Order: sequence, then structure tokens, then C-alpha cells
Amino acid sequence: MTLDGFDHEKTARIVAVNWTALAEDEGKRLKALGVDEGAEVAVIHRGIFGTRDPIAIRIGRMTIALRRSHALAIEVEPA
Amino acid sequence: MSRKRTAALVGNPNAGKSALFNALTGARQKIANYPGVTVERKAGRLTLPSGEPVELIDLPGSYSFDAASPDEEVTRKVIHGEFDGEALPDVIVLVIDAANLEQHLVFAQEVLELGRPTVVALNMVDLAERDGLVLDPAALSEALGVPVVPTVAVRRKGLTDLAAAIAEAETHADEEAHTRWHITLPERRLAAKHIARGAILSKSARHTVENGADRILLNPWIGPVILFGLLFVIFQAVFAWATPFADALEGGVGVISSAVVDTMPSSFVRDFLTEGVLAGVGSVVVFLPQIVILFFFILIMEATGYMARAAFLMDRLMAGVGLSGKSFIPLLSSFACAIPGIMATRSIPDAKDRLTTILVAPLMTCSARLPVYAVIIAAVIPSTTIGPGIGLQGLVLFALYLAGIVGAMVVALVLRHSVAKGAASGFIMEMPRYQLPRLKDLAIGLWQRAWVFLRRAGTIIFMVTIALWLMLSFPKAEPGESQMDASVAGMIASGLHPVLEPIGFNREMSLALVPAMAAREVAVSALATTYAVDASDEDVAAEGVTDRIAASWSLPTALAFLAWFVFAPQCISTIAVARRETNGWKWPAFMVGYLFVLAYVFAGLTFWIATALGL
Repeated sequence: MTLDGFDHEKTARIVAVNWTALAEDEGKRLKALGVDEGAEVAVIHRGIFGTRDPIAIRIGRMTIALRRSHALAIEVEPA
Repeated sequence: MSRKRTAALVGNPNAGKSALFNALTGARQKIANYPGVTVERKAGRLTLPSGEPVELIDLPGSYSFDAASPDEEVTRKVIHGEFDGEALPDVIVLVIDAANLEQHLVFAQEVLELGRPTVVALNMVDLAERDGLVLDPAALSEALGVPVVPTVAVRRKGLTDLAAAIAEAETHADEEAHTRWHITLPERRLAAKHIARGAILSKSARHTVENGADRILLNPWIGPVILFGLLFVIFQAVFAWATPFADALEGGVGVISSAVVDTMPSSFVRDFLTEGVLAGVGSVVVFLPQIVILFFFILIMEATGYMARAAFLMDRLMAGVGLSGKSFIPLLSSFACAIPGIMATRSIPDAKDRLTTILVAPLMTCSARLPVYAVIIAAVIPSTTIGPGIGLQGLVLFALYLAGIVGAMVVALVLRHSVAKGAASGFIMEMPRYQLPRLKDLAIGLWQRAWVFLRRAGTIIFMVTIALWLMLSFPKAEPGESQMDASVAGMIASGLHPVLEPIGFNREMSLALVPAMAAREVAVSALATTYAVDASDEDVAAEGVTDRIAASWSLPTALAFLAWFVFAPQCISTIAVARRETNGWKWPAFMVGYLFVLAYVFAGLTFWIATALGL
């Protein structure tokens, strides 16, 4: 299951990230923000109606905005 | 040591480095509550408790030394002593957000691994408290092996202690550092978690303010409505709130002008004062209230943290044209002025994305257009309301801003499929915590913007307007001939007019466009001076430029002039900064070319359609 399809406001643990699906600088940025294997995250906001893009996730004490295309590259399981 | 000592501020984006820099040096660097405000290295002077001066360097925020964007690269170079013409900083001041320890400690460890003399500023401890965190700076200091000073930069707290720690730091460089660390990112992250846990004495409910506010402001249905409504209110306010102040300023200019006419004999000097200085430059200065109101809203959006939310809401729209929410902040800054907007693109990692943003930034309605729009709107659009609290003038202004935004989106879409072709870029951005803006910072910010506006009026606008006045005043007209026809400027206008006549421009407008290449506001002062020279002395004192336009321009002509300024790249400084940021003349030349073509086409379309509709 990917983070994109995960339940709203439920904590998920990242099991794998498909780095090759992400642009190099975007992968770097996500890693720097702590979005990496083992991290616990939750989708807390979804974007504008229609495409529901972008999304905002909570990680630690931060809120990070990213695109659904990124979330599709993030494999998660219930924490 | 003869060389002046240096200290550099380093840390994650939005940790408050520039706020700390301002507090320590008395500088007034731009500060705002979103990541990526600072994009260049800035230096200032910090005086230590001993009286010794230290050069303090403010750097762009960075998540890692493995730089992902041009601004992060600057930080990496300075800290590693690879920045041209700059020695390795003697002391590193590591700025950490107290409310986000675990994240900020990751990059902090990377910095500490360098083994340089370091002091930690544990910043924003007040926000950490608000979030229910109680921290133990001593435990953090022990874990990191360097001094830790709690600070609240915007409230000037902890500064003396920090300065003292900086003075101390160099005397005991950390020899242990080299042996302690050099670990992988996951290890660093784990260590950060442990260190953070050890430094947090207690914590209660987290993110309460953010969760509540974002539930509404980022709501997919209500959020965009609020953003749109807010922008709408801003443009209404620019007209409605400014009117009494603008009227008072205009009245003041009129009184001074009358006094000059009454007290001085008719002479060259008197004409210079009334036609050139008062009518010309005065016509721009009266827009100060509008400028201040616009910036009041922009500064509040920046300081509270709402700007990043606006970027979130706009990302979908930006994605549609091949850009991202990352481009939104530079574009939003361009509403103030395209120059800082174009510089802010340094925080965009993708080169094509960045180039596109630079090329469309001049389409955002900068504050220099406000006087032009306001004077034309006031002259030809009736001051009526078309609904409760909705003025027609404000609505037209709002439409002009929208036209610029839509234009920028369409151009970006075309560019992303032609000259700046590339993979669709993403959007990854940290959402800052909400903060209450401090009144003093707001006042300083407003004062700075007002001062920049007045300085422009007193320098570039003044000089260009005076040059135009001289060209309008000589050679002197024969009796029975109009001064405009006889003058050098009149001849230039007559030469240019045939090109602009098809799109509805009259001779005065054609002439005004030439000096307005220097800055857009000059269009207003140029028109004012032109009409003043052409009028009799009594009229000058009695009638402002607005009345002259109302009396002599048709509605289609006025609308065409507004459409022209939505697109026309009439700003030398913007062209110069685009050259600097793209390293050459190729892209600025392209930018100027396409914008003039659009300006001509859209002014023409506006004129022809408005004429056909019988307006």
C-alpha cells in the first residue's frame, strides 16, 4: 500500500521508498525532511477537490506538503 | 590576530537565522515565516560584550550540505571555505528551532561533524513552550558537546548570552568532534531522536494551533474561497482605505502648487517647480497610501505563515501549467516587485522550472504598476458600488491583477512546452508554524517599503521626469502653436505615435511610454508633466492628471493603456536582474521581446473590442 491511498489522519510507517521514481533533488529533499524508511507519517490534509493534489503529511512535529506522485512512491504499512 | 573575526549563521530553513542576524547586528534583512526567504549571503557587524567587532554572516537555510538548490549551494561553499573571496568562518552559530528539535538536529550533526568552533542558538523557545514543550538546554549542550543558548530572536531574548558564547567559542575548539561523528543519514536521524528525547523534559498536546487553523485554511472547499476572498478584500482596501489619505496628499500638492504660482513671478524656475516637480513627481507620491496598504497585507501574510498555505492551495493550479507551488512564493513576492521575486527563484531546485518562473515574474502586478492603474481607473471608472461593499474601481483593479496571473500561467504553459521543456516538477515544502506578527517588525517592514517608494520618486522618477520636462519645454512655441507640438518631446511623440495609434494610444500616451522604460510609475509623472506643460498656469494648480485623463481619453483608449501595462516590461532594473540571474542577455532579450508583443496585441484587442462594443 502506498501513502497516497492510506487512511486520512492514520499513522503509517514507511517500509520502502522507490527513489528511482523521484527526481534526484526531490529525493534529496524528502530524505532531508526525514521521509525515509522507518519514519512514521500521517496524511493530514488533501488538496483541492478533483485531483486532491497536493497533500500535507505530518512527520514528527512538522507538516510537509508534497505531491501525490511522491506519495505513490512511498510504500507504507499501518503503524 | 589582525584579520577581523567572522561568525556564520547556519541552520535549517525558517529556523530564524535572519531574525537573529537582524537582532544581533541591527540590520534590517527581510524576515518572514516561510522557508527560503534568504537566498544570498549577507554580512553585518556584531559587537561582542568586550567591544570587539565580529563580522556576522547570514546564510540561506539548508537541510543538508548535499545541496539541492542554488541557495543551499551558497551555504555549503561558505561553510567549507570554498566561497570566492571569503575565508573560512571562525565560529559557526548553529540555529535550531526549539519546537522542531528532532528534525533540526539532523543537519546540526552534519555541521558539528566539521569540528569547527560552534555555538548553538536554540531559537523560538517561546513557540516550543506554546506547543507544550519544556526543554533542557544544559542536557542538549552536554549531548552536542557545544554551548547551547536559548533565544527568541524576534523578541530580542538571549542575545547577550549568545554574543558572549560566540566570543568564548573560538578559545576552545572541539577536538573531540572528529572522532565522535561521521555517520550515515539514518544513524544521524536515530541520534537526533535520542538527543531530542534527552533534551525534552516534558511535552503535551502537539500542533494544536496548526491543526485547528489548517483544518479550515487548507480545507479543499473553504481554503481556496478564503484565499480568493482575502485577495479580493486586499484590492478593495487598496482603493477604499487609501482614498482619504490620497485625497489629503493630493490636496497638499495642490496647495503647495497654488502657493508657488501665487508667490513666484512667472519664470523658468516656477514652471520647473509646478510642471516638473509638483505635477510630475507629486502625481506619483500621492500613491504612497495605496502602496502602504498593499504591503500591509503582504507582510501580514508572510509573517503569520499563511503564505506557505497559499502556496499549498495554489500548487494544483501551478501544476497545471508545469510549475509547482515552489514557484508560487517568488511569483507572490513579485506582486511587490519583480526584482526580489526573481532573486527568490534561487530556492527552486529545478533549472527549467526556475527559468520559467523568472520569465513570467514580470507579469505579476508589481507595486510600481499600482500608480498607473490607480490613476487611470480613478479617471475613467465611476466610483460606484455594484453590491454590498464591492466597489467597481476595486473590482477593475482585481481584474487587472487576475489578468496578470492568467497571462503568467498561459505563458508558463507555453514555455514549459517549448523553450523550457522538461519533466513536470514537484512540490515539496515544509509548512511553517503559525506566528503572530510583531507590530514593530510590521512597522519596520512598512516603513522600509514606503521609503523605497519615496526614494524611487525622489531619484529615478524625479530625474526622468525632469529630463522629460526639459524636452517638453524646449524649444519654446511660437505664439499660436502648442508647446507640445514645438518641443523636442513632441517631435518624438509624433514619430512614435503612428506605431501606437492602431491600438488606440494618443500622442501623450505614446510619449509617456518612453521615459516609463526606466520605471512604470514614470508613465504617471510623464503624463502629469505633459499635461501641465500644455495647460495654462491656472489650470495646473486646479486640475490634476486624473481630471485631464477623464476629460480627454475615451474609455477604450484608457482600457487599452491598462492592458498595455499588464504586460509591458517597462522596468530597467528587472531586465538587469534577469540578466544577472540567467548569466547572459539571451533570456532577458527573449523576455522583453515576448512581453512587448503581448502588450501590443492585448492593448490592441482591448481597444478594438471596447470600441466595437460602443464603450
